[in-house]
Amino acid sequence: MSRFRPTKIRLYFQILYTIITNGYIYGYLNGKIYKGSLKYACAPGLNCYSCPGALASCPLGALQAALNKKDFEIPFAVLGFFFVFGSVFGRFVCGWLCPFGLLQDLLHKIPVFRKKKQLPCHSALKYGKYVVLVGLVFIGSSFLFGGFVKVPAFCKYLCPSGTWMGAIPLLSTNEQLCSQIGGLFYWKLGVLLVLLILSLKIYRPFCQYLCPLGAIYGWFNRFSLVQIHWEKEECTSCMACQKACPVNLPPEKISVSTECIKCGQCIEACPSECLHFSNHKVR
Amino acid sequence: MNFWQKWSSTIKRIALWKVGFGLGVLFLVIGFFGEQFTDIYRKAVMICLECIGIG
Repeated sequence: MSRFRPTKIRLYFQILYTIITNGYIYGYLNGKIYKGSLKYACAPGLNCYSCPGALASCPLGALQAALNKKDFEIPFAVLGFFFVFGSVFGRFVCGWLCPFGLLQDLLHKIPVFRKKKQLPCHSALKYGKYVVLVGLVFIGSSFLFGGFVKVPAFCKYLCPSGTWMGAIPLLSTNEQLCSQIGGLFYWKLGVLLVLLILSLKIYRPFCQYLCPLGAIYGWFNRFSLVQIHWEKEECTSCMACQKACPVNLPPEKISVSTECIKCGQCIEACPSECLHFSNHKVR
Repeated sequence: MNFWQKWSSTIKRIALWKVGFGLGVLFLVIGFFGEQFTDIYRKAVMICLECIGIG
């Protein structure tokens, strides 16, 4: 029986998922967004709901919209989506189901710079996503910003998916919106460009250092249904898995670490086949 | 086996993902009856000017 090769199917899976969840072709052609009933639900990954093709809502956008409300109420519906996706998949969502993760993966494959897994000071910078989650998503969206109205601070000031999937296709087809471009748009475009250029050298810089959605799903990683199981008794400690791991995790931390995106490169690299997509012992 | 050892071994035996999944479903049901899905929909069908950088 041939060996299961996750990385072979992952790219196709990511592309297929992105096409299906952003398949509203009419929107791209006319500079409009989908308004059907699928938007009652949130997609698991970072998928801007202002993307002309987006068929579902963005979970972070929905969370911030709930926090923006005049009268505070606990956003049960959005938390429900986080708990359901998180407990089943954990950060498997990041590795397999996120359109912006796919874009960074594709850029990292371009052979232009000498590739590096992480930025210098990675051990401190990796907490950036928690700072963004607390600072921009929760505090920034829950309190009055600028003294007048509450704003979805993460979407407004940082989210590169909004610029890539929402702004660029919409502004290129909608002249009315295009005439309103100002400083904020150029700021967001700058953020996007920096992240895209960094992606050519560093593996998924946005996911590793800034993504609040990854921070949320990371908390579920240890106990989610989808796991990569390490058979300690079979392991020869060759560390081929750590060398292959794009976020440089040792075997005992694979799958349970908040940084693991369950991409499966370790499974493919292991010569003794002691890593499997499973939440229990296989052999 | 004292109380705490018994408690921790019981916790370890429970598949935590099922607890998280169950909580998620419960939250979705509460959100449904609180009409929070309508709020999600209402926001998602308007072009989010902040998201595209002109708001």
